[in-house]
Amino acid sequence: MIKPNRLSPEQYAENFSDIKPPFDNKEAALVEANRCLFCYDAPCTKSCPTSIDIPKFIKQITTDNIKGSAHTIFVSNILGGGCARVCPVEKLCEGSCVYNLLNEPPIPIARLQRYSTDPAIENKWELFHRKPDIPVKVAVVGAGPAGLSCAHVLSREGINVTIFEKEAKGGGLMTYGIAAYKVTPESCQDEVDYITSLGGIDIKYNQTLGVDFSLDDLQRDYDAVYLGIGVGLANKLNIPGEDLEGVEDAIRFIYDLRSHPLNKIAVGDRVAVIGMGNTAIDAATQSKRLGAKEVTMVYRRTASEKTCTQHELDIALLDGCNMLWLAAPKEIVGTNGKVSALVCDLMKLGAPDKSGRPAPEPTGETITLQVDMVIKATGQSPYTELVNQEHLDNQKGKISVHNTATNIPSVFAGGDCVNGGKEAVDAVQAGKDGAAAILDFLKIKSK
Amino acid sequence: MADISANFLGIKSPNPFWLASAPPTDKKYNVLRAFEAGWGGVVWKTLGSQVKNVSSRYSAVNFNNTRVMGLNNIELISDRPLEINLREIEECVKLFPDRAMIVSLMADNNRNSWHELIKKVEDTGAHGFELNFGCPHGMTERGMGASVGQDPEIARMVVEWVMEKATIPVITKLTPNVHSVVPTGKAVVEAGSNALSLINTIQSVTGIDLDTFVPNPFVGGKSVFGGYCGPAVKPIALKFLTTISQNPVTKKVPVSGIGGISNWKDAVEFMLLGCTTVQVCTAAMTHGFRIVEDMCEGLNNWMDEKGFKTIEDFIGKSVDTITKWEELDINYHHVANINQDKCIHCGLCYITCEDTSHQAINLAYGDPYNIYSIKEDDCVGCNLCQLVCPVEQCITMVEKRVAPEYLNWVEFKKQGLPLNDH
Repeated sequence: MIKPNRLSPEQYAENFSDIKPPFDNKEAALVEANRCLFCYDAPCTKSCPTSIDIPKFIKQITTDNIKGSAHTIFVSNILGGGCARVCPVEKLCEGSCVYNLLNEPPIPIARLQRYSTDPAIENKWELFHRKPDIPVKVAVVGAGPAGLSCAHVLSREGINVTIFEKEAKGGGLMTYGIAAYKVTPESCQDEVDYITSLGGIDIKYNQTLGVDFSLDDLQRDYDAVYLGIGVGLANKLNIPGEDLEGVEDAIRFIYDLRSHPLNKIAVGDRVAVIGMGNTAIDAATQSKRLGAKEVTMVYRRTASEKTCTQHELDIALLDGCNMLWLAAPKEIVGTNGKVSALVCDLMKLGAPDKSGRPAPEPTGETITLQVDMVIKATGQSPYTELVNQEHLDNQKGKISVHNTATNIPSVFAGGDCVNGGKEAVDAVQAGKDGAAAILDFLKIKSK
Repeated sequence: MADISANFLGIKSPNPFWLASAPPTDKKYNVLRAFEAGWGGVVWKTLGSQVKNVSSRYSAVNFNNTRVMGLNNIELISDRPLEINLREIEECVKLFPDRAMIVSLMADNNRNSWHELIKKVEDTGAHGFELNFGCPHGMTERGMGASVGQDPEIARMVVEWVMEKATIPVITKLTPNVHSVVPTGKAVVEAGSNALSLINTIQSVTGIDLDTFVPNPFVGGKSVFGGYCGPAVKPIALKFLTTISQNPVTKKVPVSGIGGISNWKDAVEFMLLGCTTVQVCTAAMTHGFRIVEDMCEGLNNWMDEKGFKTIEDFIGKSVDTITKWEELDINYHHVANINQDKCIHCGLCYITCEDTSHQAINLAYGDPYNIYSIKEDDCVGCNLCQLVCPVEQCITMVEKRVAPEYLNWVEFKKQGLPLNDH
């Protein structure tokens, strides 16, 4: 049965506490900071999509220059606080730390990054100063990582930025699409407030492109426009039974979980999660932590082809989620309009497909899982209808850009709406790139 | 099993590890704990006229994660009544007759004071004296400690007074707060001092509190120069020791080495440069007396590996390897080599060579790992890359002699050979 309120308040609090807690004390942080070798042309920095000067910010921790350290992080990544929590660092900075080559644990870069950024955000350190106002206005659509990052760079140059956000809060997927034990709603809100504390950034909430305003409006009223509208809901499975009660979209599920009290979120007794990306992991672990008795992750390939990181998979395994490898959903069976089972084709691996991974092929056998809830997490769909409606060139809904410029004059775009869905840190960099292109377009010289 | 016992002017100890004259040797309680832990001997904290200490006495220099790389103190000589010290020394000698009991002395500046103090201490059964001519703080303002050690003629005079009276061996402890320890060392040996010990602490300001603007140790809003010791001073101590071990006069007497000795390896280095025993303070003050266990075991294992039966077999073995610059072999040349299998691509060798040395390392950009290699023709063999490399044996220096024959600077000049191309 799908129902909310399965746990005591204490259990909710424990299950959704910070999975990667910050350092308890300065000494613990210094032990790790002092281990950093201060590499030259550091592999960690090169593996960060925003190119944070990691050796420098860690060195600054060792010299008690925490303000300097926070500035080093934010100047490259204004969402450095959130990214420290949500980045899959094991495949980015920490994954390329040279200590891995000695078979030693890498420097805990993300935790050190929190060590510097948490106090900056908490104490509202003024690390950036806007240049004097200039009579230039830029509209940004979407207050997610791409939009916020773009807005911050532009505002620093004295530009007046207005952000149009369809939700009631900023942060985008950081606020609405990531497991609650990674970032709390409060920390997201604090981060958005910290970014806008620079001044010159006005966020208008509950404003949806194509509904409350059009691109034409923005082009008319602003000197340039940046689209950081992200991607929409989960891909459809296109199998029978997809409309039954109890079939959920992972993004919607996490969105509800992030925007409502935990005890109001309903979850089944036995849940199947389709997919093996990081969002699928988030959906599975959160279901389990909400009190589902049994959670099974269903993936049509094997662990070798999974798109989540091993670290993420380990979280799900430690949470007690079952893994059903080589199984592709074939049909969702319902009783009285509600999900009662998931039938899957059992697969085997064949020749490599376009992605270079072995393609799964049906073996002819099936397996039936008795479940009362199915969560779809097989990737997200772009806002195809919206971008077509606004006459933006696109490929299957992904906005086509040339150096962040779209086909429409003065309109730029970046982040998930262009790349189809990558990490938050990629969106932050996209926002910086967009801002640079806009400054260039407006003939404003930075620095 | 090697024999690690020491015989210093007939003063025997089961190992060459003594505790230096300092807080750890201030009273019976500590000294008995030290002997129980296995220390070969102690130099009892300096006796003299009773003094009064201030509160807040130590400060330290930390380096990255290492606490107390250097320790600084402004303590004076023993502030306990002489009679208590004398009684406790006697008790310790009786309880541990196999350990060396040296007593550090700093009498007032007249013959009688020294003679009286010597008589009283000899009555305890102590085995030897160490004359404190080195304390660099407090006592100097009263004309004692380093004020004596810094003036060879005053030091000579005081040693003469001491030798008139003493019937047990006398060690003179030298201050490093001079440009050379040799003049005072020579003077006191000529005056009859049976042995030398060095170094005492180095005058220092360990650091300033960036909130109060007052250096540490903070004593009611002020501070004072203190005496610096601990691992940070070891290289300086070894240098001073070498000059004593190479001087024709001072090298004739045994030396007890002091200065940042923290483990058996440090101790061996001091012994290779001529010490018969070594004295430890900071390492014990930062870790407790138990460190002596590994000192004994490590020394024993090393001696077994090297085939040394007694410590006499290696004492002084390195003294002659330190020479004058102009006697170094200019034809000796080596170049760095990077073992690519061991390299972890941190780039420290590259950036240090590129920014601060000889631009002798190649960088081939990679994602994310760059490849670094040595430009042998540009490498002067300075060792910097090897020193900064975090991986043992990743960068090695490979000998590539310029010519087979030995050639020193004097000869080089005489032959009018060309200087470096630049």
